[in-house]
Amino acid sequence: MRQISMLDRIALFGRVGIAVLEALGRSTLFLLHVLLGRNGVGNGFQLLIKQLYSVGVLSLAIIVVSGLFIGMVLALQGFNILVDYGSEQAVGQMVALTLLRELGPVVTGLLFAGRAGSALTAEIGNMKSTEQLSSLEMIGVDPLKYIIAPRLWAGFISMPLLAMIFSVVGIWGGAMVAVDWLGVYEGSFWGNMQNSVNFQDDVLNGVIKSIVFAFVITWIAVFQGYDCEPTSEGIGRATTKTVVYASLAVLGLDFILTALMFGDF
Amino acid sequence: MQTRTMEIGVGLFLLAGLLALLLLALRVSGLSVADSADTYKLYANFDNVAGLTVRAKVTMAGVTIGKVSAIDLDRDSYTGRVTMDLQKRVDNLPEDSTASILTAGLLGEKYVGISVGGDEALLKEGGVIRDTQSALVLEDLIGKFLLNTVNKDSK
Repeated sequence: MRQISMLDRIALFGRVGIAVLEALGRSTLFLLHVLLGRNGVGNGFQLLIKQLYSVGVLSLAIIVVSGLFIGMVLALQGFNILVDYGSEQAVGQMVALTLLRELGPVVTGLLFAGRAGSALTAEIGNMKSTEQLSSLEMIGVDPLKYIIAPRLWAGFISMPLLAMIFSVVGIWGGAMVAVDWLGVYEGSFWGNMQNSVNFQDDVLNGVIKSIVFAFVITWIAVFQGYDCEPTSEGIGRATTKTVVYASLAVLGLDFILTALMFGDF
Repeated sequence: MQTRTMEIGVGLFLLAGLLALLLLALRVSGLSVADSADTYKLYANFDNVAGLTVRAKVTMAGVTIGKVSAIDLDRDSYTGRVTMDLQKRVDNLPEDSTASILTAGLLGEKYVGISVGGDEALLKEGGVIRDTQSALVLEDLIGKFLLNTVNKDSK
């Protein structure tokens, strides 16, 4: 009796493993279909504009506001620590490097997964459960090209831009707190920042990070929507999965990318 | 009309993103256009380059005139060879100029300071500064100080 239950457990483990592998394979095939099948969409550009609006422009408010506050908090905390060592001029470079290397791409990624990723999953899942996707197929329009592809590209394009806007607004907020409120000398604030920030190492690596995050988040979001159970409960589960998986992927990938970029191997 | 406002919104968004990249490049990282074209290389061998890093600045009379582009070990003389990119504008360094590794503040970053010599001959692209002063290593200094006190005590 005990023997069988042990085997059952192993079987359960195997079933979960196979399910995970299947989902990975399905999502990769799905991504290839979306990215490679690029013919036959007449007004693709119009569709892309529409998605850029709902994915990018509508996420702008939360990105700008959180960027501003994170920059201000960084400057305040950094100032309080640095002032003990008499080097409060270094607050500029601290804020800039933190935002460009880490917080800009990562926090934008997390917010993007919550704001845009969940919306994408819910929207596509709803289309699936109301059989709009299969109706499209019935009238001879490929839903991958008409529905999924513009959303995927919109995510790829808008998230790096959002990350850069986040960094700029954050640095501006930090400058506001440090220079205007706490009285750090403006010249040394910007001068120290420019001396220590390198365009290739810091700015471009941050942009590369945000491009990778954009790819992963949007991929997870549209796949979860496309793959969900076509019930209202299934849509809810898929949306939760999107936010959880995308956030974990962002944090995990961030460590790997940081190790590759700044780890000196 | 609906699509038009949407297009304007997307256009502004894309512009804001590109503007952000431009700001990061120019204002935050201090990237200047055509930077690498107007520099020339100089080398200097130091007995000890402890603490100097690539991208550290090279100054003369307190003004930044270039940056350190590479640091490696000179296998034959067992010294640290520092490669510096100096601005082409500053092409009148005499051959007997001195390069020393200095520290900004007590615990600040290390940088290279060049003081001018009096020779008529000038350093050219790929030239080597012979007269160098190594980095000040705090541990060595403390060691010497302790040794001195011990010697005094034993007399």
